[in-house]
Amino acid sequence: MTQAVQTAIQASAERLGPPVYQLRNVTRSFAAGRIKALDPVDLDLREGSFSAVIGPSGCGKSTLLKIMAGVTPPTTGSVMLYGSPVVGPRTEIGMMYQQATLFPWLTTIENVLLPIKIREGAAAATAKREQAQALLDLVGLTGFENVYPKQLSGGMAQRTSICRMLITEPQVLLLDEPFSALDELVRDFMNIELQRICMSRNATALLITHSIPEAVLLSDTVYVMSPRPGHFVEAVDIDLPRPRTLDMMTSPEFGEYVRHIRNRLDLEAASA
Amino acid sequence: MTMATERDLGRPVTVEPASFPETVWTEKVTIIDLIPRSVAMIGLLVIVLTLWWSVHHFQIVSRIILPSPQEVAADIIFVGKNLLSGGYMLAALWITTKEILFGFAIAIAIGFTLGVIVGETSFGERALLPYLVAIDTMPKVAFAPLFLAWLGFGIGSKVALAAFIATFPIVVGTAAGLHASDENARMMFKSLGATRWQTLFQMKIPTGLPHIFTGLKIGAVGVMAGAITAEFLGGGKGLGELIRVAASQLQTPRVFSLILYLSALGYLLFWLVVFAERRIVFWHRSTVAGIETRH
Ligand SMILES: Nc1ncnc2c1ncn2[C@@H]1O[C@H](COP(=O)(O)OP(=O)(O)OP(=O)(O)O)[C@@H](O)[C@H]1O
Ligand SMILES: [Mg+2]
Repeated sequence: MTQAVQTAIQASAERLGPPVYQLRNVTRSFAAGRIKALDPVDLDLREGSFSAVIGPSGCGKSTLLKIMAGVTPPTTGSVMLYGSPVVGPRTEIGMMYQQATLFPWLTTIENVLLPIKIREGAAAATAKREQAQALLDLVGLTGFENVYPKQLSGGMAQRTSICRMLITEPQVLLLDEPFSALDELVRDFMNIELQRICMSRNATALLITHSIPEAVLLSDTVYVMSPRPGHFVEAVDIDLPRPRTLDMMTSPEFGEYVRHIRNRLDLEAASA
Repeated sequence: MTMATERDLGRPVTVEPASFPETVWTEKVTIIDLIPRSVAMIGLLVIVLTLWWSVHHFQIVSRIILPSPQEVAADIIFVGKNLLSGGYMLAALWITTKEILFGFAIAIAIGFTLGVIVGETSFGERALLPYLVAIDTMPKVAFAPLFLAWLGFGIGSKVALAAFIATFPIVVGTAAGLHASDENARMMFKSLGATRWQTLFQMKIPTGLPHIFTGLKIGAVGVMAGAITAEFLGGGKGLGELIRVAASQLQTPRVFSLILYLSALGYLLFWLVVFAERRIVFWHRSTVAGIETRH
Protein backbone atom coordinates (compact mmCIF):
# COMPACT_ATOMS: atom_id res chain seq x y z
CA MET A 1 0.00 0.00 0.00
CA THR A 2 2.64 2.55 1.01
CA GLN A 3 4.64 1.06 -1.82
CA ALA A 4 1.96 2.12 -4.25
CA VAL A 5 1.82 5.61 -2.78
CA GLN A 6 5.58 5.93 -2.90
CA THR A 7 5.80 4.98 -6.55
CA ALA A 8 2.96 7.30 -7.34
CA ILE A 9 4.73 10.18 -5.64
CA GLN A 10 7.86 9.45 -7.63
CA ALA A 11 5.95 9.11 -10.86
CA SER A 12 4.24 12.45 -10.49
CA ALA A 13 7.48 14.03 -9.32
CA GLU A 14 9.01 13.29 -12.67
CA ARG A 15 6.19 14.86 -14.60
CA LEU A 16 5.36 17.88 -12.54
CA GLY A 17 6.80 20.83 -10.68
CA PRO A 18 8.02 21.30 -7.12
CA PRO A 19 5.89 20.21 -4.18
CA VAL A 20 3.21 22.63 -3.05
CA TYR A 21 1.55 20.64 -0.30
CA GLN A 22 3.40 18.18 1.86
CA LEU A 23 1.51 16.19 4.47
CA ARG A 24 3.26 13.80 6.80
CA ASN A 25 1.64 11.50 9.30
CA VAL A 26 -1.50 13.64 9.56
CA THR A 27 -4.16 12.17 11.84
CA ARG A 28 -7.28 13.53 13.42
CA SER A 29 -9.50 12.14 16.12
CA PHE A 30 -12.66 13.50 17.66
CA ALA A 31 -14.38 13.14 21.01
CA ALA A 32 -11.15 13.00 23.03
CA GLY A 33 -9.65 10.32 20.85
CA ARG A 34 -12.65 8.02 20.86
CA ILE A 35 -13.47 8.64 17.18
CA LYS A 36 -10.58 8.29 14.80
CA ALA A 37 -11.47 10.17 11.64
CA LEU A 38 -8.10 10.04 9.90
CA ASP A 39 -5.38 7.43 10.12
CA PRO A 40 -1.91 8.65 9.26
CA VAL A 41 -2.09 10.34 5.87
CA ASP A 42 0.94 11.25 3.78
CA LEU A 43 0.48 13.30 0.67
CA ASP A 44 2.52 15.36 -1.74
CA LEU A 45 0.83 17.67 -4.22
CA ARG A 46 3.06 18.99 -6.99
CA GLU A 47 2.67 22.36 -8.58
CA GLY A 48 0.11 22.39 -11.35
CA SER A 49 -1.18 18.94 -10.54
CA PHE A 50 -4.81 17.99 -10.22
CA SER A 51 -5.57 15.29 -7.69
CA ALA A 52 -8.77 13.72 -6.51
CA VAL A 53 -9.64 11.93 -3.30
CA ILE A 54 -12.35 9.34 -3.43
CA GLY A 55 -13.66 7.25 -0.59
CA PRO A 56 -16.74 6.10 1.25
CA SER A 57 -18.91 8.56 3.13
CA GLY A 58 -17.62 9.46 6.57
CA CYS A 59 -14.07 8.30 5.90
CA GLY A 60 -12.58 11.68 6.75
CA LYS A 61 -12.25 13.42 3.39
CA SER A 62 -13.75 16.71 4.51
CA THR A 63 -11.74 16.52 7.70
CA LEU A 64 -8.56 16.14 5.66
CA LEU A 65 -9.45 19.13 3.51
CA LYS A 66 -10.24 21.30 6.52
CA ILE A 67 -6.87 20.41 8.02
CA MET A 68 -5.14 21.26 4.76
CA ALA A 69 -7.00 24.58 4.60
CA GLY A 70 -5.91 25.46 8.13
CA VAL A 71 -9.48 25.61 9.36
CA THR A 72 -9.05 22.83 11.93
CA PRO A 73 -5.79 21.57 13.41
CA PRO A 74 -4.63 17.96 13.00
CA THR A 75 -4.28 15.76 16.07
CA THR A 76 -0.80 14.70 14.99
CA GLY A 77 1.39 15.26 11.97
CA SER A 78 2.55 18.15 9.87
CA VAL A 79 1.09 20.07 6.96
CA MET A 80 3.42 22.24 4.88
CA LEU A 81 2.34 24.59 2.13
CA TYR A 82 5.02 26.16 -0.04
CA GLY A 83 7.56 25.13 2.56
CA SER A 84 5.94 26.80 5.53
CA PRO A 85 3.72 25.14 8.13
CA VAL A 86 -0.03 25.54 7.89
CA VAL A 87 -1.20 26.74 11.29
CA GLY A 88 -4.21 28.77 10.19
CA PRO A 89 -6.00 30.03 7.09
CA ARG A 90 -3.68 30.99 4.22
CA THR A 91 -4.28 33.45 1.44
CA GLU A 92 -2.83 31.09 -1.18
CA ILE A 93 -5.77 28.78 -0.69
CA GLY A 94 -9.15 28.95 -2.38
CA MET A 95 -11.84 26.68 -1.02
CA MET A 96 -15.11 25.48 -2.39
CA TYR A 97 -17.76 23.56 -0.56
CA GLN A 98 -20.54 21.18 -1.37
CA GLN A 99 -23.11 23.92 -0.79
CA ALA A 100 -22.72 27.21 -2.58
CA THR A 101 -23.17 29.10 0.73
CA LEU A 102 -24.03 32.43 -0.81
CA PHE A 103 -25.23 35.10 1.57
CA PRO A 104 -28.79 36.20 0.83
CA TRP A 105 -28.24 39.85 1.77
CA LEU A 106 -25.47 40.26 -0.81
CA THR A 107 -25.96 40.44 -4.55
CA THR A 108 -24.19 37.96 -6.80
CA ILE A 109 -21.25 40.25 -7.42
CA GLU A 110 -21.04 41.26 -3.75
CA ASN A 111 -20.91 37.58 -2.86
CA VAL A 112 -18.07 37.10 -5.32
CA LEU A 113 -16.19 40.06 -3.84
CA LEU A 114 -16.69 38.96 -0.23
CA PRO A 115 -13.21 37.39 0.18
CA ILE A 116 -11.60 40.64 -0.98
CA LYS A 117 -13.80 42.66 1.33
CA ILE A 118 -12.81 40.52 4.30
CA ARG A 119 -9.11 40.36 3.53
CA GLU A 120 -8.44 43.80 2.08
CA GLY A 121 -11.43 45.95 2.96
CA ALA A 122 -14.40 47.48 1.17
CA ALA A 123 -12.31 49.83 -0.99
CA ALA A 124 -10.27 46.97 -2.41
CA ALA A 125 -13.48 45.09 -3.12
CA THR A 126 -14.86 48.03 -5.08
CA ALA A 127 -11.64 48.24 -7.04
CA LYS A 128 -11.94 44.57 -8.03
CA ARG A 129 -15.48 44.89 -9.30
CA GLU A 130 -14.41 44.68 -12.91
CA GLN A 131 -12.49 41.47 -12.32
CA ALA A 132 -15.48 40.01 -10.53
CA GLN A 133 -17.65 40.95 -13.49
CA ALA A 134 -15.19 39.28 -15.85
CA LEU A 135 -15.33 36.09 -13.80
CA LEU A 136 -19.12 36.13 -13.82
CA ASP A 137 -19.06 36.61 -17.58
CA LEU A 138 -16.69 33.67 -17.83
CA VAL A 139 -19.13 31.30 -16.14
CA GLY A 140 -22.09 32.65 -18.07
CA LEU A 141 -23.68 34.80 -15.39
CA THR A 142 -23.65 38.04 -17.33
CA GLY A 143 -26.68 40.08 -16.33
CA PHE A 144 -27.10 38.37 -12.99
CA GLU A 145 -24.48 40.39 -11.10
CA ASN A 146 -27.00 42.55 -9.28
CA VAL A 147 -29.61 39.99 -8.34
CA TYR A 148 -29.86 38.32 -4.97
CA PRO A 149 -29.07 34.62 -4.53
CA LYS A 150 -32.76 33.78 -4.08
CA GLN A 151 -33.16 34.40 -7.79
CA LEU A 152 -30.36 32.02 -8.81
CA SER A 153 -30.78 28.34 -9.62
CA GLY A 154 -28.61 25.79 -7.84
CA GLY A 155 -26.18 25.64 -10.74
CA MET A 156 -25.95 29.41 -11.01
CA ALA A 157 -25.29 29.68 -7.29
CA GLN A 158 -22.53 27.10 -7.56
CA ARG A 159 -21.01 29.01 -10.48
CA THR A 160 -21.09 32.15 -8.37
CA SER A 161 -19.23 30.35 -5.64
CA ILE A 162 -16.56 29.31 -8.16
CA CYS A 163 -16.10 32.98 -8.99
CA ARG A 164 -15.85 33.75 -5.31
CA MET A 165 -13.08 31.20 -4.98
CA LEU A 166 -11.24 32.49 -8.03
CA ILE A 167 -11.40 36.21 -7.25
CA THR A 168 -8.50 35.94 -4.82
CA GLU A 169 -6.43 34.23 -7.54
CA PRO A 170 -5.52 31.29 -5.33
CA GLN A 171 -2.60 29.10 -6.33
CA VAL A 172 -4.14 26.16 -4.52
CA LEU A 173 -7.71 25.01 -4.91
CA LEU A 174 -9.31 22.78 -2.30
CA LEU A 175 -12.64 21.51 -3.55
CA ASP A 176 -15.04 19.55 -1.36
CA GLU A 177 -17.59 17.93 -3.65
CA PRO A 178 -18.21 21.27 -5.31
CA PHE A 179 -20.59 20.07 -7.99
CA SER A 180 -22.40 17.22 -6.32
CA ALA A 181 -25.61 19.23 -6.08
CA LEU A 182 -25.67 19.87 -9.82
CA ASP A 183 -27.26 17.84 -12.57
CA GLU A 184 -25.10 15.73 -14.83
CA LEU A 185 -24.96 18.12 -17.80
CA VAL A 186 -24.10 21.22 -15.80
CA ARG A 187 -21.63 19.22 -13.80
CA ASP A 188 -19.76 18.05 -16.90
CA PHE A 189 -19.63 21.61 -18.16
CA MET A 190 -18.33 22.88 -14.85
CA ASN A 191 -15.69 20.19 -14.67
CA ILE A 192 -14.29 21.07 -18.08
CA GLU A 193 -14.38 24.72 -17.06
CA LEU A 194 -12.54 23.89 -13.86
CA GLN A 195 -9.84 22.07 -15.79
CA ARG A 196 -9.43 25.02 -18.12
CA ILE A 197 -9.06 27.46 -15.24
CA CYS A 198 -6.55 25.25 -13.43
CA MET A 199 -4.47 24.73 -16.56
CA SER A 200 -4.45 28.39 -17.52
CA ARG A 201 -3.28 29.43 -14.06
CA ASN A 202 -1.07 26.43 -13.38
CA ALA A 203 -3.03 26.06 -10.16
CA THR A 204 -2.69 23.04 -7.91
CA ALA A 205 -5.99 21.41 -7.11
CA LEU A 206 -7.31 18.77 -4.78
CA LEU A 207 -10.84 17.60 -5.45
CA ILE A 208 -12.99 15.49 -3.16
CA THR A 209 -15.67 13.62 -5.00
CA HIS A 210 -17.95 10.63 -4.85
CA SER A 211 -17.99 10.25 -8.61
CA ILE A 212 -15.33 7.93 -9.97
CA PRO A 213 -15.69 9.15 -13.58
CA GLU A 214 -15.35 12.74 -12.42
CA ALA A 215 -12.18 11.89 -10.51
CA VAL A 216 -10.68 10.08 -13.50
CA LEU A 217 -11.70 12.79 -15.95
CA LEU A 218 -10.01 15.60 -14.08
CA SER A 219 -7.09 14.11 -12.20
CA ASP A 220 -3.46 13.32 -12.68
CA THR A 221 -3.67 11.17 -9.59
CA VAL A 222 -6.69 9.66 -7.85
CA TYR A 223 -6.22 8.77 -4.20
CA VAL A 224 -8.47 6.01 -2.94
CA MET A 225 -9.37 6.16 0.73
CA SER A 226 -10.38 3.40 3.11
CA PRO A 227 -13.47 3.58 5.31
CA ARG A 228 -13.07 5.41 8.62
CA PRO A 229 -10.48 5.87 9.98
CA GLY A 230 -9.50 7.00 6.52
CA HIS A 231 -6.11 6.61 4.96
CA PHE A 232 -4.92 6.34 1.37
CA VAL A 233 -4.91 2.77 0.17
CA GLU A 234 -3.92 3.46 -3.39
CA ALA A 235 -2.80 6.24 -5.67
CA VAL A 236 -3.90 5.74 -9.26
CA ASP A 237 -2.07 7.80 -11.86
CA ILE A 238 -4.30 8.70 -14.74
CA ASP A 239 -2.29 8.68 -17.95
CA LEU A 240 -4.64 10.47 -20.26
CA PRO A 241 -3.60 13.45 -22.37
CA ARG A 242 -4.56 17.00 -21.44
CA PRO A 243 -6.75 18.81 -21.97
CA ARG A 244 -9.25 16.13 -21.09
CA THR A 245 -12.50 16.10 -22.98
CA LEU A 246 -15.87 14.57 -22.26
CA ASP A 247 -15.37 12.28 -25.27
CA MET A 248 -12.51 10.61 -23.46
CA MET A 249 -15.01 9.23 -21.00
CA THR A 250 -16.08 6.69 -23.57
CA SER A 251 -12.58 5.42 -24.28
CA PRO A 252 -11.56 1.92 -23.14
CA GLU A 253 -8.68 3.23 -20.98
CA PHE A 254 -11.04 5.53 -19.18
CA GLY A 255 -13.36 2.63 -18.47
CA GLU A 256 -10.40 0.61 -17.27
CA TYR A 257 -9.42 3.29 -14.74
CA VAL A 258 -12.98 3.60 -13.52
CA ARG A 259 -13.30 -0.15 -13.12
CA HIS A 260 -10.01 -0.40 -11.29
CA ILE A 261 -10.93 2.30 -8.79
CA ARG A 262 -14.39 0.87 -8.28
CA ASN A 263 -12.95 -2.56 -7.54
CA ARG A 264 -10.52 -1.03 -5.10
CA LEU A 265 -13.33 0.77 -3.28
CA ASP A 266 -15.47 -2.38 -3.21
CA LEU A 267 -12.56 -4.35 -1.81
CA GLU A 268 -12.09 -1.81 0.98
CA ALA A 269 -15.78 -1.72 1.75
CA ALA A 270 -15.87 -5.53 1.94
CA SER A 271 -12.86 -5.76 4.25
CA ALA A 272 -14.16 -3.07 6.59
CA MET B 1 -47.42 3.13 -35.13
CA THR B 2 -44.18 4.33 -36.66
CA MET B 3 -41.00 2.64 -35.66
CA ALA B 4 -37.40 3.84 -35.68
CA THR B 5 -35.92 3.60 -39.11
CA GLU B 6 -32.29 3.10 -40.08
CA ARG B 7 -29.72 3.21 -37.27
CA ASP B 8 -31.04 6.14 -35.26
CA LEU B 9 -31.44 5.27 -31.63
CA GLY B 10 -34.07 7.88 -30.99
CA ARG B 11 -37.44 8.12 -32.60
CA PRO B 12 -40.14 10.76 -32.60
CA VAL B 13 -42.54 10.54 -29.71
CA THR B 14 -45.80 9.19 -31.09
CA VAL B 15 -48.92 7.99 -29.37
CA GLU B 16 -51.97 6.33 -30.75
CA PRO B 17 -55.04 8.52 -30.95
CA ALA B 18 -57.65 7.62 -28.39
CA SER B 19 -60.74 9.11 -26.91
CA PHE B 20 -60.60 9.29 -23.15
CA PRO B 21 -62.87 11.22 -20.79
CA GLU B 22 -61.57 14.60 -19.65
CA THR B 23 -59.59 14.22 -16.47
CA VAL B 24 -59.56 17.83 -15.43
CA TRP B 25 -60.35 17.84 -11.75
CA THR B 26 -60.33 20.40 -9.04
CA GLU B 27 -58.81 20.21 -5.63
CA LYS B 28 -61.29 20.18 -2.79
CA VAL B 29 -61.55 23.47 -0.92
CA THR B 30 -63.91 24.08 1.93
CA ILE B 31 -66.06 27.18 1.75
CA ILE B 32 -64.56 28.71 4.89
CA ASP B 33 -61.14 28.90 3.17
CA LEU B 34 -62.62 30.70 0.19
CA ILE B 35 -63.87 33.73 2.13
CA PRO B 36 -61.75 36.78 1.29
CA ARG B 37 -59.93 38.33 4.21
CA SER B 38 -61.92 41.59 4.29
CA VAL B 39 -65.26 39.77 4.27
CA ALA B 40 -64.05 37.35 6.94
CA MET B 41 -62.87 40.14 9.20
CA ILE B 42 -65.98 42.25 8.83
CA GLY B 43 -68.19 39.20 9.23
CA LEU B 44 -66.50 38.22 12.46
CA LEU B 45 -66.78 41.79 13.75
CA VAL B 46 -70.48 41.85 13.00
CA ILE B 47 -71.00 38.56 14.81
CA VAL B 48 -69.13 39.76 17.89
CA LEU B 49 -70.92 43.11 17.94
CA THR B 50 -74.29 41.41 17.59
CA LEU B 51 -73.52 39.07 20.46
CA TRP B 52 -72.32 41.99 22.53
CA TRP B 53 -75.41 43.98 21.72
CA SER B 54 -77.74 41.11 22.66
CA VAL B 55 -75.97 40.51 25.95
CA HIS B 56 -76.47 44.17 26.72
CA HIS B 57 -79.99 44.39 25.35
CA PHE B 58 -81.36 41.38 27.21
CA GLN B 59 -79.46 42.42 30.32
CA ILE B 60 -77.68 39.12 30.66
CA VAL B 61 -75.05 40.99 32.65
CA SER B 62 -75.50 44.29 34.47
CA ARG B 63 -75.48 47.34 32.19
CA ILE B 64 -72.97 49.01 34.47
CA ILE B 65 -70.47 46.27 33.83
CA LEU B 66 -71.11 45.99 30.11
CA PRO B 67 -72.10 49.10 28.18
CA SER B 68 -73.81 48.83 24.82
CA PRO B 69 -71.79 48.97 21.58
CA GLN B 70 -73.51 52.27 20.77
CA GLU B 71 -72.38 53.84 24.03
CA VAL B 72 -68.82 52.71 23.42
CA ALA B 73 -68.93 54.01 19.85
CA ALA B 74 -70.14 57.36 21.08
CA ASP B 75 -67.33 57.47 23.61
CA ILE B 76 -64.76 56.51 20.99
CA ILE B 77 -65.89 59.55 19.00
CA PHE B 78 -65.78 61.72 22.12
CA VAL B 79 -62.23 60.62 22.96
CA GLY B 80 -61.21 61.00 19.33
CA LYS B 81 -62.47 64.60 19.30
CA ASN B 82 -60.62 65.32 22.51
CA LEU B 83 -57.43 63.91 21.03
CA LEU B 84 -57.77 65.86 17.80
CA SER B 85 -58.55 69.11 19.59
CA GLY B 86 -55.40 68.71 21.64
CA GLY B 87 -57.25 68.13 24.87
CA TYR B 88 -55.99 66.55 28.09
CA MET B 89 -56.28 63.10 26.54
CA LEU B 90 -53.76 63.98 23.87
CA ALA B 91 -51.31 64.94 26.60
CA ALA B 92 -51.94 61.57 28.25
CA LEU B 93 -51.49 59.74 24.96
CA TRP B 94 -48.25 61.60 24.35
CA ILE B 95 -46.91 60.64 27.79
CA THR B 96 -47.70 56.97 27.24
CA THR B 97 -46.19 57.13 23.75
CA LYS B 98 -43.00 58.60 25.16
CA GLU B 99 -42.84 55.88 27.82
CA ILE B 100 -43.24 53.22 25.17
CA LEU B 101 -40.68 54.67 22.78
CA PHE B 102 -38.05 55.33 25.44
CA GLY B 103 -38.72 51.95 26.99
CA PHE B 104 -38.41 50.20 23.65
CA ALA B 105 -35.23 52.08 22.70
CA ILE B 106 -33.60 51.17 26.01
CA ALA B 107 -34.77 47.55 25.67
CA ILE B 108 -33.30 47.34 22.18
CA ALA B 109 -29.96 48.79 23.27
CA ILE B 110 -29.61 46.61 26.37
CA GLY B 111 -31.25 43.55 24.86
CA PHE B 112 -29.10 43.59 21.75
CA THR B 113 -25.90 44.13 23.71
CA LEU B 114 -26.67 41.37 26.19
CA GLY B 115 -27.79 39.13 23.34
CA VAL B 116 -24.49 39.60 21.54
CA ILE B 117 -22.55 38.90 24.74
CA VAL B 118 -24.58 35.76 25.43
CA GLY B 119 -24.61 34.56 21.83
CA GLU B 120 -21.04 35.36 20.93
CA THR B 121 -18.88 34.83 24.02
CA SER B 122 -18.64 31.71 26.10
CA PHE B 123 -18.39 33.95 29.17
CA GLY B 124 -21.84 35.29 28.39
CA GLU B 125 -23.23 31.87 27.72
CA ARG B 126 -21.75 30.30 30.85
CA ALA B 127 -21.95 33.13 33.36
CA LEU B 128 -24.64 35.53 32.17
CA LEU B 129 -27.22 33.27 30.58
CA PRO B 130 -28.19 31.33 33.76
CA TYR B 131 -28.97 34.58 35.56
CA LEU B 132 -30.90 35.97 32.63
CA VAL B 133 -32.97 32.82 32.40
CA ALA B 134 -33.63 32.98 36.14
CA ILE B 135 -34.84 36.57 35.95
CA ASP B 136 -36.83 35.86 32.80
CA THR B 137 -38.85 33.17 34.55
CA MET B 138 -39.95 35.66 37.24
CA PRO B 139 -43.26 37.48 36.79
CA LYS B 140 -41.65 40.76 35.76
CA VAL B 141 -44.55 43.03 36.65
CA ALA B 142 -43.83 42.10 40.26
CA PHE B 143 -40.84 44.42 39.97
CA ALA B 144 -43.11 47.42 39.38
CA PRO B 145 -43.27 48.52 43.06
CA LEU B 146 -39.49 48.43 43.16
CA PHE B 147 -39.13 50.66 40.11
CA LEU B 148 -41.70 53.05 41.59
CA ALA B 149 -39.78 53.18 44.84
CA TRP B 150 -36.52 53.82 43.02
CA LEU B 151 -37.63 56.15 40.27
CA GLY B 152 -40.71 57.83 41.70
CA PHE B 153 -44.12 58.37 40.15
CA GLY B 154 -42.93 60.18 37.05
CA ILE B 155 -42.25 58.80 33.60
CA GLY B 156 -38.98 57.13 34.69
CA SER B 157 -40.53 54.22 36.55
CA LYS B 158 -42.86 53.47 33.61
CA VAL B 159 -40.00 53.54 31.11
CA ALA B 160 -38.03 51.25 33.39
CA LEU B 161 -40.71 48.58 33.70
CA ALA B 162 -41.50 48.77 29.98
CA ALA B 163 -37.82 48.34 29.11
CA PHE B 164 -37.38 45.61 31.71
CA ILE B 165 -40.15 43.48 30.24
CA ALA B 166 -39.14 44.03 26.61
CA THR B 167 -35.43 43.36 27.10
CA PHE B 168 -35.59 39.60 27.58
CA PRO B 169 -37.19 38.55 24.30
CA ILE B 170 -34.67 40.74 22.49
CA VAL B 171 -31.78 39.08 24.35
CA VAL B 172 -33.13 35.65 23.48
CA GLY B 173 -33.80 36.59 19.85
CA THR B 174 -30.34 38.05 19.38
CA ALA B 175 -28.55 35.17 21.07
CA ALA B 176 -30.52 32.63 19.07
CA GLY B 177 -29.87 34.60 15.88
CA LEU B 178 -26.13 34.50 16.42
CA HIS B 179 -26.32 30.72 16.61
CA ALA B 180 -28.39 30.45 13.44
CA SER B 181 -25.49 30.55 10.98
CA ASP B 182 -24.61 27.19 9.52
CA GLU B 183 -21.36 25.29 9.67
CA ASN B 184 -20.49 26.06 6.04
CA ALA B 185 -20.85 29.80 6.45
CA ARG B 186 -18.74 29.81 9.58
CA MET B 187 -16.07 27.69 7.95
CA MET B 188 -16.04 29.99 4.97
CA PHE B 189 -15.38 33.04 7.06
CA LYS B 190 -12.78 31.14 9.01
CA SER B 191 -10.94 29.99 5.92
CA LEU B 192 -10.89 33.56 4.63
CA GLY B 193 -9.14 34.57 7.83
CA ALA B 194 -12.00 36.85 8.93
CA THR B 195 -11.65 38.49 12.34
CA ARG B 196 -14.19 37.91 15.05
CA TRP B 197 -15.74 41.32 14.42
CA GLN B 198 -15.96 40.71 10.69
CA THR B 199 -17.61 37.36 11.27
CA LEU B 200 -20.01 38.93 13.75
CA PHE B 201 -21.04 41.93 11.71
CA GLN B 202 -20.82 40.56 8.20
CA MET B 203 -22.16 37.09 8.77
CA LYS B 204 -23.64 36.22 12.17
CA ILE B 205 -25.75 39.32 12.74
CA PRO B 206 -27.20 39.46 9.21
CA THR B 207 -27.95 35.72 9.41
CA GLY B 208 -29.61 36.24 12.78
CA LEU B 209 -31.74 39.24 11.80
CA PRO B 210 -34.96 37.25 11.37
CA HIS B 211 -34.55 35.91 14.92
CA ILE B 212 -33.65 39.35 16.22
CA PHE B 213 -36.80 40.79 14.69
CA THR B 214 -38.90 38.04 16.22
CA GLY B 215 -37.48 39.15 19.57
CA LEU B 216 -38.26 42.77 18.72
CA LYS B 217 -41.86 41.94 17.87
CA ILE B 218 -42.36 40.14 21.17
CA GLY B 219 -40.59 43.03 22.89
CA ALA B 220 -42.89 45.57 21.24
CA VAL B 221 -45.86 43.83 22.80
CA GLY B 222 -44.13 43.62 26.19
CA VAL B 223 -43.22 47.27 26.22
CA MET B 224 -46.92 48.22 26.12
CA ALA B 225 -47.79 45.86 28.94
CA GLY B 226 -44.95 47.24 31.05
CA ALA B 227 -45.83 50.90 30.54
CA ILE B 228 -49.54 50.44 31.29
CA THR B 229 -48.94 48.20 34.32
CA ALA B 230 -46.59 50.79 35.78
CA GLU B 231 -49.17 53.50 35.12
CA PHE B 232 -51.87 51.48 36.87
CA LEU B 233 -49.69 50.97 39.89
CA GLY B 234 -47.84 54.25 39.98
CA GLY B 235 -50.21 56.89 38.75
CA GLY B 236 -48.70 59.54 36.54
CA LYS B 237 -50.50 61.24 33.69
CA GLY B 238 -50.62 58.64 30.96
CA LEU B 239 -53.48 56.76 29.29
CA GLY B 240 -53.23 54.01 31.90
CA GLU B 241 -54.08 56.51 34.59
CA LEU B 242 -57.10 57.71 32.62
CA ILE B 243 -58.30 54.13 32.32
CA ARG B 244 -57.83 53.54 36.03
CA VAL B 245 -59.76 56.67 36.93
CA ALA B 246 -62.57 55.91 34.48
CA ALA B 247 -62.89 52.38 35.85
CA SER B 248 -62.99 53.61 39.43
CA GLN B 249 -65.86 55.92 38.44
CA LEU B 250 -67.65 53.02 36.69
CA GLN B 251 -67.40 54.86 33.37
CA THR B 252 -67.15 51.59 31.51
CA PRO B 253 -67.70 53.01 27.99
CA ARG B 254 -64.68 55.26 28.59
CA VAL B 255 -62.59 52.31 29.73
CA PHE B 256 -63.47 50.43 26.57
CA SER B 257 -62.73 53.29 24.22
CA LEU B 258 -59.43 54.15 25.93
CA ILE B 259 -58.35 50.53 25.68
CA LEU B 260 -59.14 50.71 21.98
CA TYR B 261 -56.91 53.76 21.50
CA LEU B 262 -54.23 52.11 23.58
CA SER B 263 -54.30 49.00 21.44
CA ALA B 264 -54.10 51.20 18.35
CA LEU B 265 -50.87 52.57 19.80
CA GLY B 266 -49.54 49.08 20.41
CA TYR B 267 -50.59 47.99 16.96
CA LEU B 268 -48.73 50.94 15.47
CA LEU B 269 -45.53 50.06 17.31
CA PHE B 270 -45.81 46.42 16.29
CA TRP B 271 -46.30 47.29 12.64
CA LEU B 272 -43.45 49.75 12.78
CA VAL B 273 -41.23 46.81 13.71
CA VAL B 274 -42.74 44.62 10.98
CA PHE B 275 -42.23 47.42 8.47
CA ALA B 276 -38.60 47.84 9.52
CA GLU B 277 -38.13 44.10 9.23
CA ARG B 278 -39.51 44.01 5.70
CA ARG B 279 -37.14 46.77 4.68
CA ILE B 280 -34.01 45.49 6.43
CA VAL B 281 -34.44 41.72 6.15
CA PHE B 282 -35.67 41.91 2.59
CA TRP B 283 -34.36 38.45 1.72
CA HIS B 284 -36.43 36.77 4.39
CA ARG B 285 -40.18 36.40 4.31
CA SER B 286 -41.35 38.14 7.42
CA THR B 287 -44.00 36.48 9.49
CA VAL B 288 -46.44 37.88 11.98
CA ALA B 289 -46.67 35.72 15.10
CA GLY B 290 -45.00 32.87 13.24
CA ILE B 291 -47.84 32.47 10.75
CA GLU B 292 -47.03 33.13 7.13
CA THR B 293 -49.69 35.24 5.54
CA ARG B 294 -50.95 33.87 2.30
CA HIS B 295 -51.04 36.22 -0.65
N1 LIG C 1 -16.69 17.99 14.63
C1 LIG C 1 -16.74 16.66 14.71
N2 LIG C 1 -16.96 16.04 15.88
C2 LIG C 1 -17.00 14.70 15.96
N3 LIG C 1 -16.86 13.88 14.92
C3 LIG C 1 -16.65 14.43 13.72
C4 LIG C 1 -16.60 15.84 13.54
N4 LIG C 1 -16.38 16.10 12.24
C5 LIG C 1 -16.32 14.89 11.65
N5 LIG C 1 -16.46 13.90 12.52
C6 LIG C 1 -16.43 12.46 12.23
O1 LIG C 1 -15.31 12.21 11.44
C7 LIG C 1 -15.63 11.32 10.40
C8 LIG C 1 -15.20 11.88 9.08
O2 LIG C 1 -15.99 13.00 8.75
P1 LIG C 1 -15.84 13.75 7.37
O3 LIG C 1 -16.82 14.87 7.36
O4 LIG C 1 -14.43 14.09 7.16
O5 LIG C 1 -16.29 12.61 6.35
P2 LIG C 1 -16.32 12.66 4.76
O6 LIG C 1 -15.37 11.65 4.28
O7 LIG C 1 -16.16 14.04 4.28
O8 LIG C 1 -17.79 12.14 4.48
P3 LIG C 1 -18.79 12.55 3.29
O9 LIG C 1 -18.31 11.87 2.08
O10 LIG C 1 -20.09 11.99 3.74
O11 LIG C 1 -18.79 14.04 3.21
C9 LIG C 1 -17.11 11.05 10.47
O12 LIG C 1 -17.30 9.76 10.95
C10 LIG C 1 -17.64 12.05 11.44
O13 LIG C 1 -18.57 11.43 12.27
MG1 LIG D 1 -17.50 15.49 3.34
